[in-house]
Amino acid sequence: MTEVTPRRRFNIRTSALRAYTMLAALIVIWLFFQWATIDEYHRYGLFLGAVNFSKLLQQMAVTGVLAVGMLMVIVSGNIDLSVGAIVGLAGGIAALTQGRGIVFCLVSAIVVGLTIGLIQGALTAYINIPAFIVTLGGLQAWRGLILKWTEGKTIPVELPVFRSLGRDFLDPRLGIALAVVAIGLIIWSNLRRKRARHRHGLSALSAGALAVRIAVPSVVIVAFIFLMNKAGGVPIPVIFLLAVALVGAFLTANTTFGRYLYAIGGNPDAARLSGINLKRYVLAAFCVMGALAGVASILHTGRVGSASPDAGTLMELDAIASCVIGGTSLMGGRGTVFGAVLGALILASLDNGMSLLNVENWAQYVVKGGVLVAAVGFDMFGRRKT
Amino acid sequence: MSGILLEMKHITKSFPGVKALDGVSFDLNQGEIHALVGENGAGKSTLIKILAGVYPHPEYGGQIVLDGSERQFANVRESEHAGIAVIFQELSLVKELSVAENIFLGREPRRFGIINWNALYSRAQKLLDDLHLTIDPLSPVQNLGIGQQQLVEIAKALSQEARILVLDEPTAALTEAEVETLFEILGKLRERGVAMIYISHKLDEVFRVSSRITVLRDGRSVGTEQTSELDEARVIAKMVGREVDQIFPEAKHTLGDRIFEARSITVEDPTVPGKLLVDSVGFFARKGEVLGIAGLMGSGRSELLMAIFGAHPGRKTAEILIDGTQVQIGTPYDAIRHGIGFVTEDRKRYGLILDQTILKNMTLAGLRRLSGRFFTDEDAEAAAGQRAARELRIKAPSVYTEAGTLSGGNQQKVVLAKWLLTNPRVLFLDEPTRGIDVGAKQEIYNEINRLAAAGLAIVLVSSELPEVLGLSDRVIVLHEGRVTGEFKREDATPEAVMSCATGRRRLAA
Repeated sequence: MTEVTPRRRFNIRTSALRAYTMLAALIVIWLFFQWATIDEYHRYGLFLGAVNFSKLLQQMAVTGVLAVGMLMVIVSGNIDLSVGAIVGLAGGIAALTQGRGIVFCLVSAIVVGLTIGLIQGALTAYINIPAFIVTLGGLQAWRGLILKWTEGKTIPVELPVFRSLGRDFLDPRLGIALAVVAIGLIIWSNLRRKRARHRHGLSALSAGALAVRIAVPSVVIVAFIFLMNKAGGVPIPVIFLLAVALVGAFLTANTTFGRYLYAIGGNPDAARLSGINLKRYVLAAFCVMGALAGVASILHTGRVGSASPDAGTLMELDAIASCVIGGTSLMGGRGTVFGAVLGALILASLDNGMSLLNVENWAQYVVKGGVLVAAVGFDMFGRRKT
Repeated sequence: MSGILLEMKHITKSFPGVKALDGVSFDLNQGEIHALVGENGAGKSTLIKILAGVYPHPEYGGQIVLDGSERQFANVRESEHAGIAVIFQELSLVKELSVAENIFLGREPRRFGIINWNALYSRAQKLLDDLHLTIDPLSPVQNLGIGQQQLVEIAKALSQEARILVLDEPTAALTEAEVETLFEILGKLRERGVAMIYISHKLDEVFRVSSRITVLRDGRSVGTEQTSELDEARVIAKMVGREVDQIFPEAKHTLGDRIFEARSITVEDPTVPGKLLVDSVGFFARKGEVLGIAGLMGSGRSELLMAIFGAHPGRKTAEILIDGTQVQIGTPYDAIRHGIGFVTEDRKRYGLILDQTILKNMTLAGLRRLSGRFFTDEDAEAAAGQRAARELRIKAPSVYTEAGTLSGGNQQKVVLAKWLLTNPRVLFLDEPTRGIDVGAKQEIYNEINRLAAAGLAIVLVSSELPEVLGLSDRVIVLHEGRVTGEFKREDATPEAVMSCATGRRRLAA
């Protein structure tokens, strides 16, 4: 008997392939809307213009922040259905505590989210109640607490700083400074990486590959800042989203915490036997999710300008949909922060584009639902072939 | 009474890298109990699965002749229709449903598409009465003991008018009283003309119930004889009767201090309180030594190692000494910290994360050591992983290949690499060569010897007796959770070890 070593025709990693497919889908969607919004006032289309694009990104910031946290929970093999209610409760408490100053009210929003994450994570990890049940219960309970504490009223945001966190723009000069720092960091980390590979005796990246690794993100950053500055600067919520996404990507890809989450979701038995404390890391994922829901509540409340009792309703579904469209497996163990944010961007693009085209409300729902199912369908189809 | 009912002729079946059956012939007479014995991996289960239609027709070679005409079963249902019922070790009852519902599952008596409950229960009652069983057909199966569940399975088989009943290790989970009941019923069935294939490791039972015995070894039949013309010693000789050939490299290990010792390990079955899977077992391992643990399936081997490693889900007591000092091991993390590595059995279930890369699998257990407490260092990992892959000769396009796409032998090497990267001093190996091809086995054997020479203490559990005997400096034998024998390398003959493993002989340990 001979053994056949399976060989791939393309020597490209499946995860990378998935990321490129998603990017391609996003670009197709963008080009379509750009083409469809051509009229006598906008000869090249309206969709990708600075003003509209800036608005689109502001719209996705809250969902994007939630999607990063949701990704970690889903990768660990769990789910959090309560994030919409957490956004509502944390935002409500932040609005209620405005009298105590901006720092207190913002910190309290994050502490509320973190505490809820802690409670739900502990019930899931240590008492072994399925996350679906814990957070389904949470969804209702936290919404109930909002009604109790806000007495069912909508509370306006009075503090200007609070409001500006959701609405304002970064000074264009600061945006340029940020771009310079970011490009510097990219160059530095790549050169550092090169030295490290040499030290470990690994094959060196070719000069061409190194140039691509530096040039592509640099060009994207410059183009992004240029476009945003044309519309008054990078929106503050988008700065938050970028920061959360970067930290999230680093946490999942470059820390033991991240590695263990994937292991737990991928094969809990193997993870346990490899000495991983499953309960601790599942708890931690829920805590990160809760804290990020607190951050999202600040952005959302600031943008809307008030905390209403039904704020955040159904946001959990957008966050989950973003992860899934971005290639996350609900069974756990698979998915990336990059994918989740891309998923949120796809959803926001569909929302924004269809609104520009005056697509009727009912049709918007049908399209978004169809895209969600189709994204997973393509993924399944692609996987069956390999 | 007599007359050939079933013939299986020259049955051949291959899995990737392994030939599980190689020209096995087997026949069964009407009203006969024909025992099928052999070591784990000899091919018994594969043969039965072919008969049961689990491996459908074109996937095997050879002929199945039933009542004189050839049959080619495409699935389990066709085999059942032909009157063949298999009762597997893992019972296939739905625990939440009643006895009667289970018996007629999928074949409920119906009227206009609606289940006729009266007919269902009365027919179930009649079946149970025929077997003289006092089981309530309305009672949910989960309220029954394992023994009674087994009898329900038999009733279910009979309700399908089975003429051939295959029992795979039917007494493994039964108490002695339940075994008596089972044998009584088997006797009655034989009188009714039901033919039975009886698979068991317990030779005393085989000799009690069977009229003929067929021994399988390494996927071949070593002959069929009348039970009356055999004795247990001769059956054991047939089961193991092969020379431990050249595949085991001669290795001279220099033995050092006792670096690992386990005392009075007792492990309780997590699902059946009070049932002991391991009963006050103790053993030690020296630096540079390969200690073999022999025993049949269900003897408590894996549970013993799991308990020591802090990974047994149920109650247990254990006293563990590393370098002569007692240590507390409550979780696998503790075990790893104290220098114990554990290449677990069933690599797909316990060992690997199949859709992650080879590299991530290899560094999982030793991540903190290789990489850093909180921040991982991708390059340090890659360097360590590539070195391990080279040393163990893992065949893959790169360390970034998904582990699930590898062959069994290479997957096993990845699991081994994972534990070597924790830098262990004591390495447990549970079935390290199950289901992998001969070449990869050989490489793993060489690696075991190399590790022992490098000063590790190795504890090797395997169902394959030649493997245990060929590699170990010392062998302890487990039977039903107790140590029934201990041998030095030179005294460990296959016959002596197998006698202890089947509980026929007991040497004070």
